[in-house]
Amino acid sequence: MSADAMIRLGNIATARSGDKGNHANVAVIAHNAAGYGHLCRCLTPERLRSYFSGLPITGIERYELPRIGALNFVLRDALAGGASGSLRIDTQGKLLGPALMQMLIEAPEDI
Amino acid sequence: MTSTSHTIRIGNAAGFLGDQMTVPSRLLATGELDYLTLEYLAELTLAILARQRRRDPALGYARDFVEVLGDLIPELQSGRTTRIVTNAGGLNTRGCIQAAARLLASAGLGRLRLGIVEGDDLSGRIDQLRQSGHTLAHLDSGEPFSLPANEVVCASAYLGAEPIARALAAGADIVVTGRVADASLVVGPAMHEFSWGWDDWPSLAAATLAGHLIECGAQVTGGYLDRWRDIDLANVGYPIAELTAGGSVTITKPDGSGGVVDRETVAAQLLYEIGDPAVYLTPDVVLDLSEVEIRDQGDGRVHLAGAGGRPAPDDYKVSLVYEDGFATTGELLVWGEDCTERARAAAAIIHERLTAQGARPARWHVETLGDGTAAGVAATHHDPNEVVLRVSAHDPSREVVERFAREIAPLITSGPAGLAGYASGRPKVRSMFAYWPTLIAKSCIEPAVTVKSADEWASVLSPNAEVDA
Repeated sequence: MSADAMIRLGNIATARSGDKGNHANVAVIAHNAAGYGHLCRCLTPERLRSYFSGLPITGIERYELPRIGALNFVLRDALAGGASGSLRIDTQGKLLGPALMQMLIEAPEDI
Repeated sequence: MTSTSHTIRIGNAAGFLGDQMTVPSRLLATGELDYLTLEYLAELTLAILARQRRRDPALGYARDFVEVLGDLIPELQSGRTTRIVTNAGGLNTRGCIQAAARLLASAGLGRLRLGIVEGDDLSGRIDQLRQSGHTLAHLDSGEPFSLPANEVVCASAYLGAEPIARALAAGADIVVTGRVADASLVVGPAMHEFSWGWDDWPSLAAATLAGHLIECGAQVTGGYLDRWRDIDLANVGYPIAELTAGGSVTITKPDGSGGVVDRETVAAQLLYEIGDPAVYLTPDVVLDLSEVEIRDQGDGRVHLAGAGGRPAPDDYKVSLVYEDGFATTGELLVWGEDCTERARAAAAIIHERLTAQGARPARWHVETLGDGTAAGVAATHHDPNEVVLRVSAHDPSREVVERFAREIAPLITSGPAGLAGYASGRPKVRSMFAYWPTLIAKSCIEPAVTVKSADEWASVLSPNAEVDA
């Protein structure tokens, strides 16, 4: 796929992340219904895992919320100690949402 | 009997201990509130309060609350009847209520009735619980908690809304709790106002949804939003939940305040710190968010419907925290071409010097702030001209971490060129905490409520003196 057929995720959605103990969650909220469908096609757990290659993620669950137009991802063990034990500057995974919005995804044809 | 349209307005003016101190008085003055909530206890806040209490037994609560209460006094003197519900009690609810009571009494508000909720603090009951067969098994791993009780920094159960509603029913104008589920600060007032049954799961779900949406303060009114350019965040309005007796939920903020409330701000907070959206566990109800619909009504009002509720769990969640060695972090600016590589080389030098001293830390983490990797992604900038080297070490031995702290500054003269930023002295070694979430049967805890006038509380001599309800 050529580079000009890619867009930033932030063009069609917003994201918010936080900590759940040692795990992190990232919610991705589509700007509109068509965008939600595209998110469902593009954002696989595997894709998030390879995008967040610097995190010690041991598993990812994806939850679909069609009524809200959002996906929620739980990134298991992503925080390597969590708010209490993490040595990272981002102890609580606050940056994962903003980082995900910069991810390049295929440009949707229907939006 | 209340009609289904009977509405209460609950505003939350603190999302954590350290939130903006000037907000509560503004929200109280402009929010037309029935209730003001102040949420101070993040997962680890109690561990920090435990350390304060160890230094001084009179401490261990959110002192911010007492200062905030001082700012609220003019509104309270003017006869405003908004009731206040807060978890500022932390680990010393009586100490907190007495400080608050003395302040109110000295301002001529000694007639106000103050209620406390106790029973959440299990730190003195660890051995007793284990002897009676509770293993305090880790919520994820199932492993029993095996450390000696004296290594427990704090262990507090997340109590629910029932004791809060009880305190309000006993006439409390201000309710101070220790650890309760964040949303219960809102569910308590709703239960008191609407007289729902404690098994009215759909209503409890609606109130819990409202509580969850406002518990983090400005995060639902435009804070941490990507559209920051378009939003007045300096004057961001803190959130107000409107709840009806029929279980309808609307999120808004004071007229004329900054920030924004719309579908996306509400959706972002709805899913904040959520695992499986169908199973949001609280002591009051198991909330199901999966069928919630968000209707943006414009003008900064967002309506929510469809919160599902299932019977509350039989256990309280307990967050237990224990001592886990020592840590510190050093930072240096590294400037110039190849700065990322140079920063990593500098970190490797520290590591080699520590290893030679027999002081290699058990855990070690190196970050190069400025190349994009802090968010856990591959470098977004492969050739920055400056990065901040951030090195952290964690070890059971304070001595090992002290040795690490001494090795940062020497890099200035004995490391690669292009390092700067050593002005603040050796980094300070801090205690580390480990978090051990577990469950305890609800039958093990009897939440206690005591309500007295501020004058009465202020005349109690010791924070630890026994007082009957």
